[in-house]
Amino acid sequence: MRSLLGGVTLVGLAAGLVMGFAIAPREATQGNVQRIMYLHVPSVWVAYLAFAVVLVASIAYLVRRAEAADRLAHASAEVGVLFTGLTIATGSIWGKPTWGTWWTWDARLTTVSILFVMYLGYLLLRGMIEDRERGARFAAVLGIVAAFNIPLVHFSVYWWRTLHQPPSLMKPGPGTMPGIIVTALLVNFAAFTLLYAYFVTRRARVLRLEAEAEA
Amino acid sequence: MVWKDLLVERRSKETLNALFFFGLLLLFVFQFALGPDRERLAGTLPGLLWLGFILSGLLGLGRTFVVERENDCWEGLLLAPGDKSAIYVGKLAGNLLLMLVIETILLVLFGFFFNLDLTHVLPALAVVIALGTVALAAVGTLFAAMTAQVRARELLFPVLLLPVEAPVLLATVKATEAVLLGEPLGSVAHWLKLLAAADVVYIAVGVLTFDFVMEG
Repeated sequence: MRSLLGGVTLVGLAAGLVMGFAIAPREATQGNVQRIMYLHVPSVWVAYLAFAVVLVASIAYLVRRAEAADRLAHASAEVGVLFTGLTIATGSIWGKPTWGTWWTWDARLTTVSILFVMYLGYLLLRGMIEDRERGARFAAVLGIVAAFNIPLVHFSVYWWRTLHQPPSLMKPGPGTMPGIIVTALLVNFAAFTLLYAYFVTRRARVLRLEAEAEA
Repeated sequence: MVWKDLLVERRSKETLNALFFFGLLLLFVFQFALGPDRERLAGTLPGLLWLGFILSGLLGLGRTFVVERENDCWEGLLLAPGDKSAIYVGKLAGNLLLMLVIETILLVLFGFFFNLDLTHVLPALAVVIALGTVALAAVGTLFAAMTAQVRARELLFPVLLLPVEAPVLLATVKATEAVLLGEPLGSVAHWLKLLAAADVVYIAVGVLTFDFVMEG
């Protein structure tokens, strides 16, 4: 089952890369640099998905006290931080030729970087507590606080400043992107989601084995 | 709970003296770091003000539950009858009072050292400060209860609190900037709404999750 998920993910990622970097047309004004979007946008999606899973698993842990829920939250937070980092890295690589700078305090950049440090703190807290049960409880509380904070971060940063181009995929009205680009993007979305599921299941399994080895 | 509250206040006097001194030192540091240029200071004033608030808040809030451990009152807290969230509300009220006192002192010191006349903007400024302080104290009290039970707590507390408070800091600094320029509160209504929403969310999450923080 696990290796099946891994295999499907691999095929999906390969298909996504081919779609994005070979089949999809070259963007007229930005050139090939634009192709990084096929990695950038799905990364953000996975990051938000991961943090949503952290919230749900944290609440589930506090209610049910199932260690599996705690491991799911832990694994998901780690993968979330990884993909938040990927988002920042790919965005930076795209930003240098397009905006002329690696980094700018634009609204969405700032939001993502705040999420990054917030969940980095979450992982730090987990690492600092030896007692497994206490660590799980505290992390769950922090996971809930952090998730409820996301909308506040979003609005505050949005009002603070904005420079990022508006999202081009989900906006109402007729789409401006040709179908092939949308298809390529959707394939990558699916592949990244599978990759997320694969990482989280593997990581949760390692955490379970670690717990068993300790017990 | 009222008793608990009074206890916190009485104890906070020792913290208060130290924090007052810390605030004074901060002002010196700001002055030395930025030089005596009045123009530049005026531009950075809202940020400096909140930097002062948040730094002294970090020190003050972080000690909330540490004193309970030092004084061996922790078990007493855990054994206290009734809802644990009552402890949270009591601690929050105590912290709020402490921070507001410190902030008032800092504000006076800022006015004195930077030669500002704040009297005409004081009501508007008070609204912004009150809203921001509630948000700071609400999360700070919850996190302080957690980090008091963890090693390297004085390191972990700011590391956890600062990212979470990022939206509050953005909102308060922007709102303070506008208020200091003499703009009416209506022009920063969206920031005030955001702060109010943050206050409500933080307190609600704090009350609901505090039970789990105080289990063992």
